[in-house]
Amino acid sequence: MGALILRRIALALLALVLISLVVFASVELLPGDFADVILGQSATPEAVAALRQGLGLDEPAVGRYLGWVSGALQGDFGQSLASGRAVSELIGGRLVNTGFLAAYAAIVAVPLSVTLGAVAALYQSSFADRVINILSLGFISLPEFFVGYVLILVFAVNLGVLPSLALLTPEMSFGEMLVRTLLPAMTLVMVVTGHMMRMTRTALVDILSRPYIEMAELKGVGRARIVFWHALPNAVGPIANVIAINLAYLVVGVVVVEVVFVYPGIGQLFVDSVSSRDLPVVQACCLIFASVYIILNLLADVAQLLSNPRLRQPK
Amino acid sequence: MSVVTGRRARRSMSVPAWTARICVGVIALYAFVTVFAPLLSPYGETEIVGAPFEPASSEFWMGTDNLGRDMLSRLIWGARNTVGVALAVTVLSFVIGGTLGLMAAVRGGLADQVLSRVADALMALPPLVLALLLLTVFGTGFASLVTVIALIDATRVFRVARAAGLDVASMDYVEAARIRGEGLFSIIGREVLPNVKAPLTAEFGLRFCFVFLFIATLSFLGLGLQPPAADWGGMVRDNASLVLYAELTPLYPALAMAVLTVAVNLTVDHVLKRAADPRS
Repeated sequence: MGALILRRIALALLALVLISLVVFASVELLPGDFADVILGQSATPEAVAALRQGLGLDEPAVGRYLGWVSGALQGDFGQSLASGRAVSELIGGRLVNTGFLAAYAAIVAVPLSVTLGAVAALYQSSFADRVINILSLGFISLPEFFVGYVLILVFAVNLGVLPSLALLTPEMSFGEMLVRTLLPAMTLVMVVTGHMMRMTRTALVDILSRPYIEMAELKGVGRARIVFWHALPNAVGPIANVIAINLAYLVVGVVVVEVVFVYPGIGQLFVDSVSSRDLPVVQACCLIFASVYIILNLLADVAQLLSNPRLRQPK
Repeated sequence: MSVVTGRRARRSMSVPAWTARICVGVIALYAFVTVFAPLLSPYGETEIVGAPFEPASSEFWMGTDNLGRDMLSRLIWGARNTVGVALAVTVLSFVIGGTLGLMAAVRGGLADQVLSRVADALMALPPLVLALLLLTVFGTGFASLVTVIALIDATRVFRVARAAGLDVASMDYVEAARIRGEGLFSIIGREVLPNVKAPLTAEFGLRFCFVFLFIATLSFLGLGLQPPAADWGGMVRDNASLVLYAELTPLYPALAMAVLTVAVNLTVDHVLKRAADPRS
């Protein structure tokens, strides 16, 4: 089994290398020369030459790639084209903020959606199941920004109990931060819960329809014992898988939510940098988001492998 | 489905016939508005007709937007831009992804290996992240927007088309066609395509929802369709500040999106269920 997990980790590392290549190659794909694009038509040849040198565009691509990757591994992503500051400096504090928001949403969303999904699966086609189904379809269909603005409208404007903008200052206490970021966190919770609930339900329905569960019912085993003793051990793997996959979504969903709530996170920075075509910052953001996404997907697969011995058998 | 994810929860919902009928009606209504937008809208798409943020009145049924353009007209024109562009992108991604997927399935071998690995590599990045990267590189024009999203979506279509095609490609009649000496495209067109039409049609509906919400999200982020074109994501962004004054206006475009997404999803559910069990 160790070998299988190692193989999966090797695959994830390969994916990371591939992605770093794609992210790096995006500069090479630019029509014409990047320096011309940034400086525009009216740039003097001297300015273009200076920028080319600043970006290292006059060196061979392989050398630049290796330099960029080794820098990125040490947290040095080069300099922002827009502000001239170090990219790591721009990202640092924002990364912490985004991590805080994502963790906040995850801590609420995971238990909530697993519970609701389990209820829907255990009481199939009951009233509760229908309500949960409709709610999850609703949250899946609504754009993230719609959910965000409705929450602002209800809780910040009509009720006036929560702030509409999630501005953070360093001297805030932890409790204050939790209140300040409650609305963005709730938006993320709703968006991700729709998926997680449905997938949990599907995973559980699949297990509950297996013959051994029917056998247990026919033997006269009590319902609670069937659920916790017979079904749950087999459901742990699929559910862990569902959680990891959905947390990977959450990390990306953060981008839209941060823009809605003007939250000082990395997603906002990402979008702003795309508008200003600040490539070094965009590359850094891409690498960070992609790494988190790949690591969580890796965890999902490992959870699956650990929980289900059948997957460990070579086919 | 949620835009940022690119994946969707497996569905297990049964849709009553009357709900499906309403949904088809809703889709027809959107199609009607999309086609006849110039006749239906009271004012022009970018025409400035009043002061910014005028409240709803008999003259402007939904009020005016941040530049004094009629909200209702923009909403109607927005259907054309948002739905129309999404439809075009979905068709494009099906032409690219579907053709390549079926080719990979029927041909197999090295071509299949290479195409599948390329699709895997592109799918290792979350769609939104890949889109943001590519839009930085190619700029945020209309052409690059369409190309980038069609490319990203084509990887998903490729997966589905290849899987559906593989099932069919192992059938005896495909083998017979091969032995008859028919060419690749003749096999795809005459033997494989008629048998994968159902799953691909259902997938078309779902991919359309994804593309539609994806474009709206990019427009909301200011990276999709560029002003002054009216599109629903951008309209939410432009008028979002009204929410702070307890105005619902900026949410109408978002609501319009949600209704269409739900309608398409439920219709697809119904069609799939009918296909699986024709008696119901």
